[in-house]
Amino acid sequence: MTAPVAAPPAPTRTRVSAWAGNPWAGFLFRRLGRLLVSLAVLVTLAFGMIHLIPGDPVRAALGVTAPPDLVDARREALGLNDPLGTQFVNYVRALFSGDLGVSMTSGVPVSDTIGQRLPATASLAIVAFVVVMLAAIPLGLAMAVLTRGGRRRGAELGFTSTSAVVAAIPEFLLAVGLVFVFGVSLGWLPVAGRGGGSSYVLPVLALSLGPALLMARIVRVEALAVMDEDFVRTARAKRLPPLRVYVRHVFPNALTSTLTIGGLLLSGMIVGTVLVENVFAWPGMGMTIVSSILAKDYPVVQGIVLVYGAAVLLVNLVVDVLLAVADPRSTIREG
Amino acid sequence: MGREQWRAALRNPVGAVAAGLLVLLAILAIVAPILWGDAAEETDPAALSQGSTSEHPLGTDALGRDILLRVLVATRYSLGLALLATAICVTAGVVLGVLPAVLGRRAGRLVTAAVNLAVAFPGLLLALFFAVIFGVGARGAVLAIALAGAPSFARLVQTNVAAVAGRDYVAAARVAGVGRFRLIARHLLPNIGEPLVVNATVMAGTALLSFAGLSFLGLGVQPPAYDWGRLLGEGLDRIYINPAAALAPGVAVVVAGLAFTLLGESIAQVVGVRAVRRRRAPETEPAMTAAAAEPDGDAVLAADDLRVAFPARDGGWTHPVDGVSLTVRRGETVGIVGESGSGKSLTALAVAQLAPDAAHVTAGRLEVAGVAPLGRTGAEVRDLLGTRVAMVFQDPMTSFNPSMRVGRQLAEVTRVHERQGKRAALARAVDRLRTVRVPAPERRAHQYPHEFSGGMRQRAMIAMGLMSTPELIIADEPTTALDVTVQRQVLRLLKDVQAETGAAVVLISHDIAVVAQLCERVVVMYAGRVVEELPVGRLGAAAHPYTRALLASVPDLATDRDRPLATIAGRPPDPADRPEGCAFAPRCDFADDACRVRPGLSAVAPDQRAACWHPRSRPLDLTLDAVTGGQA
Ligand code: SF4
Repeated sequence: MTAPVAAPPAPTRTRVSAWAGNPWAGFLFRRLGRLLVSLAVLVTLAFGMIHLIPGDPVRAALGVTAPPDLVDARREALGLNDPLGTQFVNYVRALFSGDLGVSMTSGVPVSDTIGQRLPATASLAIVAFVVVMLAAIPLGLAMAVLTRGGRRRGAELGFTSTSAVVAAIPEFLLAVGLVFVFGVSLGWLPVAGRGGGSSYVLPVLALSLGPALLMARIVRVEALAVMDEDFVRTARAKRLPPLRVYVRHVFPNALTSTLTIGGLLLSGMIVGTVLVENVFAWPGMGMTIVSSILAKDYPVVQGIVLVYGAAVLLVNLVVDVLLAVADPRSTIREG
Repeated sequence: MGREQWRAALRNPVGAVAAGLLVLLAILAIVAPILWGDAAEETDPAALSQGSTSEHPLGTDALGRDILLRVLVATRYSLGLALLATAICVTAGVVLGVLPAVLGRRAGRLVTAAVNLAVAFPGLLLALFFAVIFGVGARGAVLAIALAGAPSFARLVQTNVAAVAGRDYVAAARVAGVGRFRLIARHLLPNIGEPLVVNATVMAGTALLSFAGLSFLGLGVQPPAYDWGRLLGEGLDRIYINPAAALAPGVAVVVAGLAFTLLGESIAQVVGVRAVRRRRAPETEPAMTAAAAEPDGDAVLAADDLRVAFPARDGGWTHPVDGVSLTVRRGETVGIVGESGSGKSLTALAVAQLAPDAAHVTAGRLEVAGVAPLGRTGAEVRDLLGTRVAMVFQDPMTSFNPSMRVGRQLAEVTRVHERQGKRAALARAVDRLRTVRVPAPERRAHQYPHEFSGGMRQRAMIAMGLMSTPELIIADEPTTALDVTVQRQVLRLLKDVQAETGAAVVLISHDIAVVAQLCERVVVMYAGRVVEELPVGRLGAAAHPYTRALLASVPDLATDRDRPLATIAGRPPDPADRPEGCAFAPRCDFADDACRVRPGLSAVAPDQRAACWHPRSRPLDLTLDAVTGGQA
């Protein structure tokens, strides 16, 4: 049956691969352009924040009792007496040299504060994200397999309603509940500060539980949709073991939406650390931004808002690139 | 959103509970401050930071104020601020959402772009940003939460407006010279009200939770005023002394937030309520056709009284395949024809043990490639049929996994069933691609399905079937999606493959001409049953009116080209309500009272059987030799 049959001169299409005409370069170019525009808007807003505040921010920060010449000196030091255009140029120029200004209350450079606080926040967000992915994808796939074709309606209902309810509880309330159960009642785990591995357990759990369940729901729905596709029937017709069908054929095709949602969740979790850090006295940027807002220490707030915003934009970029890589068909051509 | 739908939303248990909770909270919000407002402010120096006592069930705070009363009284402030934020948010969202429709194109684009950019940032980040601008305090927090939620609400409005704006009545209003604002107020907003109400409800829940968050951080409500978030923040500091001080406001926030969210979602779901019913397995009627498949030692496929049942909406079962008997001998090519809905594809899937999960397959006897698959476990079936039965599906575009290279998809068969290494399996895949005349098979094997043309994909599909040495190849409409030339190539390829491998081929098609080109024997199905079975050579002597109608509808078979092409009037019956007797009776010219009883298959000539009370005997005038596959 492998008799060599002379290949007829079939009309071969000459599009060799996705590299022809290099759609990748175009895609990356467009996508980076969008990132730059977003970053520019972000920087403008962070700069503008201090000017949008009604009244004199320096006076507000120093208090009504501060002597006028002190206020004026501080204004001068912050460059607030220059024309707006000059201020903006100076701000952007300083930004490029890594200078985010100086704290109004402590006099410490903002970049130092961020450098000190960022690792705690980043490690919390990353660990939580990894936990979400590791838990949600298998859970979602397993639920899809168990409830496919309208089976096990009870399990389906239980899963969807439990996950809906838990995912609707905000992370800081979950955090309080966790503190009560595992810290106060059981005394198993530390509830404040950042130390060894055990100090991560509760903050990570608080941060990842809701997103994980949300993600599992999405994975389940997507996987169920993929299971109805013709190519899954083909895979079954090849008599592949079910695990292989699910892992090789179903999941990769549910990846697109998993990635999209994953990106959204990660951005949400990065910012969600603000609340969780404040529950667990976690020495990250979230604690700092809140105390700085309360102390009206605007340069610090500006700097941290920039970092959060940039992180979110970066996550979006990475997700878009991953989507383009994961989907061999169309995304990259549309940008 | 009609009144009916609101009622339906409330009848749904989740919706009812959520609505009940909200009513309770509303009453509390009105009554609690009046009843206990002063008592909640009362400091008790004798009972500072206490745990639960009979006097203070949830303990007291640092100033000796009763926690329970404070939580109850805080209901008004917490709900009120959340609703205020929601109202501002919805207003801002609607304005931002319809602006693009009102402004000129350029300005509209700008608004859309700004909204899109803002949506990319998490709400909390926006809220923090606005909280800085508007200042710490209740007013600042309301504005911050409202504005942080506005972009996503605006996005929602935009999508809905865009969907409605394209409709006829809006276009008509525009043509009639209705002004922009009037257009929005009269035609656009009322028609997107439903999703807006649902989302505003959900938004209220979100606002409540976010507000609690801001107050908890100390950025929201400032002392001496207090809301749940503030109480939570104060309570958390002393959670070791009196956990209730933190838990009670937390629970209040969760309950209220969930009540809004769940009410919104149950309103949204009202339309798609699913009934859950238990079913018993369908009863199988005794076989009508007793004289079915004669035992044949040489059969690769022997099915007797095959039935496939699906759960029906009324709780019973429908039988799209209803007692099919079918025999295919070794090396034989058999065609199954019928209109869509005749059950031909499902018959093939059921035979190959690939029927959908919900299907219930029964048979008096079923043997495929020497294996009786019914009652075996999935793993056994996979093991036994894996290399013996190959499937070729319709529409190769959707039948290949789009995210896997073609070569790997082929090689997978060999790797799983023959436990070959990656390289050997891929080499075989390339070889089989060459067999089915895919040009440059080495390169093609590394491509994705979307890089193949339709005909080439179908040939690759056949190659996939040839990865092992099948005894039976089931091809389900393998040529339907292809143009005429490619169709002919694929059929010729199937013929070659059949000749070279000696496998039996079952070809399923709605096109009797396609079947006539390739097959030795034709099985005609109608409404889940076989109505006629005959050798291709005897098509001219087809006895069943349905077979004759099918033949008459094929342009290249009917010689009398002057007459308009016959089409079969009417449609095949729905499997859920088939006529009692002969299912074809409503469309049959020869139906009479006898046809009220279902006819069984009986011999009308050697090798030819038909299920009809009035088999036709006048020969048809067909030009079978002229069949070359040129039918569209
Ligand atoms: S049994 Fe009667 S109704 Fe049915 S095909 Fe024959 S003649 Fe027509």
